Amino acid sequence: MVKEIERVGIPVVHICTVVPISLTVGANRIVPAIAIPHPLGNPSLTMEEEKVIRRTLLGKAIKALSTEVDGQTVFED
Amino acid sequence: MGKIKVVQYINQFYAGIGGEEKADYKPEVREEIIGPGMAFKAAFKDEAEIIATIICGDSYFNENLDSAKEKILQMVKKYNPDIFIAGPAFNAGRYGVACGTIAEAVQTEMKIPVLTGMYCENPGADMFRKSVYIVETKNSAAGMRAAVKKMAPLAMKLAKGEEIGSPSEEGYLSRGIRKNYFAADRGSKRAVDMLIKKLKGEEFITEFPMPDFDRVEPNPAVKDISKAKVALVTSGGIVPKGNPDRIESSSASKYGKYDILNYTDLTSETHETAHGGYDPTYANQDADRVLPVDIMREFEKEGKIGELHRYFYSTTGNGTSVANSKAYAAEFSKELKNDGVDAVILTST
Repeated sequence: MVKEIERVGIPVVHICTVVPISLTVGANRIVPAIAIPHPLGNPSLTMEEEKVIRRTLLGKAIKALSTEVDGQTVFED
Repeated sequence: MGKIKVVQYINQFYAGIGGEEKADYKPEVREEIIGPGMAFKAAFKDEAEIIATIICGDSYFNENLDSAKEKILQMVKKYNPDIFIAGPAFNAGRYGVACGTIAEAVQTEMKIPVLTGMYCENPGADMFRKSVYIVETKNSAAGMRAAVKKMAPLAMKLAKGEEIGSPSEEGYLSRGIRKNYFAADRGSKRAVDMLIKKLKGEEFITEFPMPDFDRVEPNPAVKDISKAKVALVTSGGIVPKGNPDRIESSSASKYGKYDILNYTDLTSETHETAHGGYDPTYANQDADRVLPVDIMREFEKEGKIGELHRYFYSTTGNGTSVANSKAYAAEFSKELKNDGVDAVILTST
């Protein structure tokens, strides 16, 4: 799906936990997530703490979308 | 020579420990034959013996790739087997990645032959087909018998160091290795024969399949994200409560397009996941954990992004064929483009 979105000319960032799969599939902008069943959350934290990590991850995603990349790039931080 | 010693790797599901709710099961070794091992035992007859089975939850392995790999490697080393068999994983994505990862590690570190099996569209297949022997299986466990029938004899050949035939003879996924051989006919004749078959509309087998490099170049970055219209897309199966379009829990035959204009937060009252390939507990409690509408709305308010697109698109990514996912995304990407969306955040579980 990520490739088809890219193909129509829309920059796309893939937030996912298993980065090697994303690389194999062919995503160009990748942000590693927390865990498979809750990529943008962590049920062991409070709702407020979760929102903080979700905000951080999405901040990275926004940054990735605003960054020129030359080939596949994983945005670790 | 005594019996060939085999160590097998399987996931929590095939070990009978549990489904998605047990996918975080930590690596464990049992000195017994479990699950698919029974079929292998029957196929090996007296030639080989499974001396230990290693079990690990699919999510645990994939979320802890390095440490899980190291731990399982130590377990395998303890038994010093003649061959290591992982899976078969069929079309289970995380399981396939786990099988490929651990098989490759065992092969590299212990210098023993390894074998795994999976469906050709399993993400683990493209990741590891060049480094390890992967027997091509059907896309579900209904293909177990057929998989064992191909895997068991190949495992014996590998363990004995016998010559391995071509991918089509042995049933493994092509590894991109070329081997010289003497053909009965010269090249020009073979080429003309193929051409004639093609002209007649008959089937022919190419001697050199063209590699399929389906890569899309990255688009330029968004110039000013604070003015951009951003859309959310997910393969994590988030849908309005009740799953109005009845998107299947696996091998989805469709995708959904849902209006979030009036939502600032997804809750257990309003949204849930239709995905059957991961433990749905956390997404059902709070779907923002997969599709982060709450924070995107805050970003919108704070001016970090221009606006959040009114619709999100969703399907379940497990077991869904590459061809289908491609078709769904090709269709909705056009819509996104026509709706003036400047950027997409795609989340996967």
